[in-house]
Amino acid sequence: MAKYIGQAVKRVEDRRFITGKGRYTDDIKLPGMTYAAIVRSPHAHATINAIDTSRALAADGVVTAFVGQDLADAGVGGLPCGWQVDFKNGDTMKEPPHPVLAVGKVRHVGDPVVIVIAETRDQAQDAAELVEVDYGILPAAVDTVASAGEGAPLVHDDVPRNVPFDWGLGDADAAAAALDSAAHVTTLEITNQRLVANAIEPRCAIGDYDSARDHYTLYTSSQNPHVIRLLMTAFVLGLPEHKVRVVSPDVGGGFGSKIFHYAEEVLAIWCSRQIERPVKWTAQRSESFISDAQGRDHVTKAELGLDADGNFTGLRVTTHANVGAYLSTFSTCVPTYLYGTLLQGLYTTPAIYVDVTAVFTNTVPVDALRGAGRPEATYLLERLVDTAAHELGLDPGELRRRNFIPPFDGVEQPGYQTQVALQYDSGNYAGVLDKALEMVGYDDFREEQAAARAEGRYLGIGFSTYIEACGIAPSAVVGSLGARAGLFESAVVRVQPTGKVSVFVGSHSHGQGHETTFSQVVADQLGIPIEDVDIIHGDTDQVPFGMGTYGSRSLAVGGSAIVRSLDKVKEKGAKIAAHLLEASEDDLEYAGGKWTVRGTDKSIGFGDVALTAYVPHNYPEGLEPGLDFTSFYDPANFTFPFGAHLCIVEVCADTGKVTLKRFVAVDDVGNVINPQIVEGQVHGGVCHGIGQALLEGAIYDGDGQLVNGSYMDYAMPRADDLPALELGRTVTPCPHNPLGAKGAGEAGTIGATPAVVNAAVDALWHVGVRDLPMPLTPQTVWQAIQQAGS
Amino acid sequence: MSSAFNYHRAASVDDALAVLGQHEDAALLAGGHSLIPSLKLRLAAPGTLVDIGHLDELNYIRQQGGGVAIGAATTHHDVATSTVVAGQAPLLAQAAAVIGDPQVRNMGTIGGSLAHADPAADYPAAVLASGAHIVARGPGGERVIEAGDFFVDLFLTGLQPGEIITEVRVPAQPPGSGACYAKFPHPASRFAVVGCAAVVAANAGVCTDVRVAFTGVANAAFRDAGVEGALGGQPLTGAGIDAASAVAAQGVEVLSDAFAGADYRRHLATVFAGRALRSAARL
Repeated sequence: MAKYIGQAVKRVEDRRFITGKGRYTDDIKLPGMTYAAIVRSPHAHATINAIDTSRALAADGVVTAFVGQDLADAGVGGLPCGWQVDFKNGDTMKEPPHPVLAVGKVRHVGDPVVIVIAETRDQAQDAAELVEVDYGILPAAVDTVASAGEGAPLVHDDVPRNVPFDWGLGDADAAAAALDSAAHVTTLEITNQRLVANAIEPRCAIGDYDSARDHYTLYTSSQNPHVIRLLMTAFVLGLPEHKVRVVSPDVGGGFGSKIFHYAEEVLAIWCSRQIERPVKWTAQRSESFISDAQGRDHVTKAELGLDADGNFTGLRVTTHANVGAYLSTFSTCVPTYLYGTLLQGLYTTPAIYVDVTAVFTNTVPVDALRGAGRPEATYLLERLVDTAAHELGLDPGELRRRNFIPPFDGVEQPGYQTQVALQYDSGNYAGVLDKALEMVGYDDFREEQAAARAEGRYLGIGFSTYIEACGIAPSAVVGSLGARAGLFESAVVRVQPTGKVSVFVGSHSHGQGHETTFSQVVADQLGIPIEDVDIIHGDTDQVPFGMGTYGSRSLAVGGSAIVRSLDKVKEKGAKIAAHLLEASEDDLEYAGGKWTVRGTDKSIGFGDVALTAYVPHNYPEGLEPGLDFTSFYDPANFTFPFGAHLCIVEVCADTGKVTLKRFVAVDDVGNVINPQIVEGQVHGGVCHGIGQALLEGAIYDGDGQLVNGSYMDYAMPRADDLPALELGRTVTPCPHNPLGAKGAGEAGTIGATPAVVNAAVDALWHVGVRDLPMPLTPQTVWQAIQQAGS
Repeated sequence: MSSAFNYHRAASVDDALAVLGQHEDAALLAGGHSLIPSLKLRLAAPGTLVDIGHLDELNYIRQQGGGVAIGAATTHHDVATSTVVAGQAPLLAQAAAVIGDPQVRNMGTIGGSLAHADPAADYPAAVLASGAHIVARGPGGERVIEAGDFFVDLFLTGLQPGEIITEVRVPAQPPGSGACYAKFPHPASRFAVVGCAAVVAANAGVCTDVRVAFTGVANAAFRDAGVEGALGGQPLTGAGIDAASAVAAQGVEVLSDAFAGADYRRHLATVFAGRALRSAARL
């Protein structure tokens, strides 16, 4: 049956990418196309006193220019937030306008102010430099915690204390009582620093208004074209949705930053309508740093209570979450429902409470970034557990084992109900840790560590045992929590008369390899060659609907939608086959691409049935012709991958530089369709997580300027920063989706970061270092060593 | 994308000098690895680019007068892999080998790097510690500038307006001496947070010659007289090197940024002085 599933089928996408034939938005050139440049605020917080575009308009090649008031006068709405999170006391979330071009005031460096459109890109940029904006500079709110305090500058005049909402989850009294009576309380003050997504393809948008059809096409580097169409038409421009097509062709990475609906998408479409010519905008890298939504940025106090035996008795977490200057599309659910709900981790902690205060600041908006809330939760939990182990003199593996939720498969044993709203689907948490410890050779390492210490060398090992939640669902539940969208996925399986299969999916691939993985599923389920399957995505005119790709949902949710449609194809095919074979449907079995009458050699192939469906001469009475099915799959629950990451580092005593010696990652992502693609996702994810631990971090100065907004200063992980990753896997299938798959896109990022920091702290615990702020730059670590020694 | 500019592909150094003389807002282009990023970021907007990167008369490595002469348009890769440079001026080869990444080294040139005088560039420390000379040609003819007079301040050199670096002359490293360039690269830019170039010679265990130069530490690369004075004439031992290294960058206004504040950078200077000196002394 499974010829392809479970095999490392080579990615069918790779030929075009490796040979430079990928087609990205910026590769699209339309007749009569114009080019836009955007004048952005150089100040974090300022009034706009006057804008003079006269010199720009007079420059060579300039077609036109628009300011915020032009859009306001035309009734263009602001960018919407996709998830409403109300205050704990029931007050409605404060959702100040997020204008497409700033009106009256700018609120972060990079806030768009003017769009200049010209015949060429260079002319647009030259002219943009001639726009004169008279700013009245205001004090900026920058620091996450201080901005929510008394006297901080207000980012939005009508949002007191810069707090758009606060939120709590769990049992505050129980958590307090548990901490009060705990034999030991481990406390950490943690800053989960702000990251820049840094997709290799800068964002790009082309608006193309066709006056003949009164029809709009938006080409955009998005992870979810249908969602962009819905948000843009219904909330911003008031356009009829059936007159708008959104295409996201090849997209060069997103990591979350291309989920959101951005101003430039609206601008491209609206401006194209004004000038009746296509308008293209492509971000420069410097622009990406100040206009792509950024990630993380939490300041947290976390307390873990333990009894005398090392059992976790309570957890209390208090977080300030910086949301930047505006509420980006999913900025509100990230530090709440995608964060607080993961604080159970892998442990049986009986009392948990999390309190979150969202904070506006004069910085780039913050939204989902690979992991989105789960890395923040996992980081603080796993730092707490390793710290508790050190404080109590317990082995960090042993402490975890004492507190792990026992194995459950979600079928024989029920799912695990957490203290923070979720029900885990299935898990064997000790299993991944045992395997990781075996791979790393734990006992040998501890001997090596002791020997190194005797020589004055600092070696350490860090543990991270994580859980994450993928495929957020079902729609009714997330809707009750404030989501303004459903979270299902759709798939069309269109069997062509020759038996070739076109599959249209709402999931969007921007590096994940869907064209390969989905083809493997389709080919195996239908018993046909993989070459006979084509996967189409990223075009609202072709795909009925789609929620897109984020939250590691594509296989678990999108793949399941495909399976549903495949089931319908096989069901109808069986009726046709039964008719042709003059047998009862009940007597047929489908395998190897043909229906066979059980116990006979009478059979008919998939291709013959497909042809009959479209040439229905000899055909079951009353059955519609055609073999083409659409399914919308709304999952019963999230999926919950988990894993154990172990990291070994050496810290240079002279410079403070942390060098990764080994990294072992054992992940359980449920059933695996393509192990090579999963390994690739884990590699990328782990590198991303290591990047946060060691290198990355947006630095804003007191004026709200992004100090390291270029690759000269913002350090991304490179091959020579990384060891060869040692990967392992266990398989605990998801019990509630037809593929048994859980999701692999973010697991590495979530697990890796605390493993690295825990390793560095382990290396330095004996010299008195108790915590290290991320990123662990050499200076940071060196200073910590100095302070610990003094 | 840069502003518009005129492009002049120079036929010779003399031709380039003539064009420079005619256009006050002209800039020289060789490997383009400092200039082109500036243009793309619109931090520089020269009216004319005068391209000298392809000139054969500036692209050579040869033994000359007891040392090595390196044409200004020689790429970092060629310097890093030249057996002549490795034999006679190993410091330059070591420095060239750790500039940027292979793509940078295949395009960037020694003359371009020196003229740009980035405070964190690798070559300046090696050029200073080698006792090299920089040959420049200008409207007034050719002159030879001592390395010690060349690096003046942040992006500021001893070149006069209209002058072009044509050659770097590096004296052969004395027999029996050792040299090392030790670098702590910035994780993003891979420029030197601290780079230390050291040359050490000893006779009967006593240090007879020591030259130590830093890049990345101050506005301009510099020779560290404090370290040199502390080690010269002293026994060349690990302890002696440690003691001398401990005074690195004293009396210097040390650069400070988000990645490395002044205290930490000064500390790194002591660490990398020690590493460079120990390696040079083969200890």
